[in-house]
Amino acid sequence: MRILALDSSGLVASVAVVEQKGKEAVTVAEYTVNYKKTHSQTLLPMLDEIVKMTELDLNDIDGIAVAAGPGSFTGLRIGSATAKGLGLALEKPLIHVPTLEGLAYNLWGTRRIVCPILDARRGQVYTGIYEFDGDVLRILEDQMAVSIEELGEKLKSRLRPVVFLGDGVPVYRDVLSEQIMAGCDIAFAPANMNRQRAASVGSLAIQYYEAGKFGTAAEHRPDYLRVSQAERERAEREEREKAQLKNSE
Amino acid sequence: MDGKKDVLILAIESSCDETAAAVVRNGREVLSNIISSQIALHTLYGGVVPEIASRKHIEKINQVIEAALSEAGVALEDIDAVGVTYGPGLVGALLVGVAEAKAIAYAAKKPLIGVHHIEGHIAANYIEHKELEPPFLCLVVSGGHTHLVQVEDYGSFTIIGRTRDDAAGEAFDKVARAVGLGYPGGPKIDKAAREGNAEAIMFPRARVGDSLYDFSFSGVKSAVLNYINGCQMKGVNWNQADVAASFQKAVTDVLVENAMRAIREYMAEKFAIAGGVAANSALRSAMTEACEERNVRFYYPSPVYCTDNAAMIGAAAYYEYLNGTRHGWDLNAVPNLKLGER
Repeated sequence: MRILALDSSGLVASVAVVEQKGKEAVTVAEYTVNYKKTHSQTLLPMLDEIVKMTELDLNDIDGIAVAAGPGSFTGLRIGSATAKGLGLALEKPLIHVPTLEGLAYNLWGTRRIVCPILDARRGQVYTGIYEFDGDVLRILEDQMAVSIEELGEKLKSRLRPVVFLGDGVPVYRDVLSEQIMAGCDIAFAPANMNRQRAASVGSLAIQYYEAGKFGTAAEHRPDYLRVSQAERERAEREEREKAQLKNSE
Repeated sequence: MDGKKDVLILAIESSCDETAAAVVRNGREVLSNIISSQIALHTLYGGVVPEIASRKHIEKINQVIEAALSEAGVALEDIDAVGVTYGPGLVGALLVGVAEAKAIAYAAKKPLIGVHHIEGHIAANYIEHKELEPPFLCLVVSGGHTHLVQVEDYGSFTIIGRTRDDAAGEAFDKVARAVGLGYPGGPKIDKAAREGNAEAIMFPRARVGDSLYDFSFSGVKSAVLNYINGCQMKGVNWNQADVAASFQKAVTDVLVENAMRAIREYMAEKFAIAGGVAANSALRSAMTEACEERNVRFYYPSPVYCTDNAAMIGAAAYYEYLNGTRHGWDLNAVPNLKLGER
């Protein structure tokens, strides 16, 4: 089985081809860039490089995996639209990999609980809590948008060593080590595994695909974990109006 | 076709609140034109919400493209090139169409052609007027644009006049909201105005001092708002239909006047209108009359090709295809793309 994987959910753009033959799995190619250019300009040229370099015929892939949220709304849509376009033209299924599961999979085999954090702005992080049970990534807390303090409470209640990764680390490293998780056994993943990598998305996608968890390109949509600002404000306004009506009664 | 091979373009448009795809043969024959409109969704907010528009685009885009191909009865391999709007427009909305189009073109090994949205609106006139060829003058009027354009050749344009503030369609939307007609303003004002007296209130016809062809619509919009406020303060009733008709007349008069001045100055024999406001019935009839008086041939698209659609992008892409325009896999959305820019 051969999977093409894309991740443009954060600052990193990453494309990989992962292959599984019997028990053997290998990353045929992975191209990851953490640079200021927009994903719209980088993602497809990166795929094109991989195709040329590895003499890949895209018709020979079995599915397209995409890190499908949470993350930057625009980044997610560039990844999803690219995956959907490829899926439409190649008539291949899409495998929806939750961004934070893909990120956690970078740290395969660790005994620590794995906590990827992405800066979600508005005082929140996108995060989830994971562990490795033998070969398998297990979800202890599914991906969510919470404050760093709330995340700290959830982690401390588990009384286990934690490893953090993700582009939220530079924002929260000090407050985590010095305040929220002070005195706890925590670690931060190094440069070779601390950001989104499409090979991790692809490896997980192989497991999902084998478990029958895939869909059509047409159905696929990102999972933002958040409604748009306009919808949130409208809901808040309606809430206020309801409260006022109640008070005036 | 003299043994010449037909050229089929798959076109994609997602610059604002319509997700659209079309298949166009030789630039002028529309084999399919699928439009998934989000108007109902944005009505709740009184206008287009960019993030909601972008989210809807990604949900609908594959279905819309698949419907366009199947209605045209063609397979992706029959297509000669993929055309896509890459600007101007809402950046998040544009990016969905651009990323999708690039991936399809790449995987299907077809050339990619980025199209300017306004160039698409102008090309909408080619679809139903097979005899229309450049050079001609074109007034592009929509919610985002008010441009008077000299179309020198296919893909070659000079903008001779533009709005200094609000686009004409934007003024329609704002006034419609103020008089209680709601979104989208263009068709609602058009309808209400039919019941009203266009001479009831004299709203100003703005002239831009240092330019013969530029427009300004914020003045007439403010005048409408002031008129309504004034009536309310005096406790006088005002008539919605009369305000709509008088406002529409003020905007139409200026559009006609500037267009006719340009026709005279450029000695144009052909004149076209395009864009969402080109569907306005008062504008169409005023322009028809003014062009008849001057013996100028006047062209306008059917309403479905006035508002955003992908058939017009396919028409424009065809001529860009003939001109040799090809874009790379690094094509990006350009929200403020200038007409004629490559």
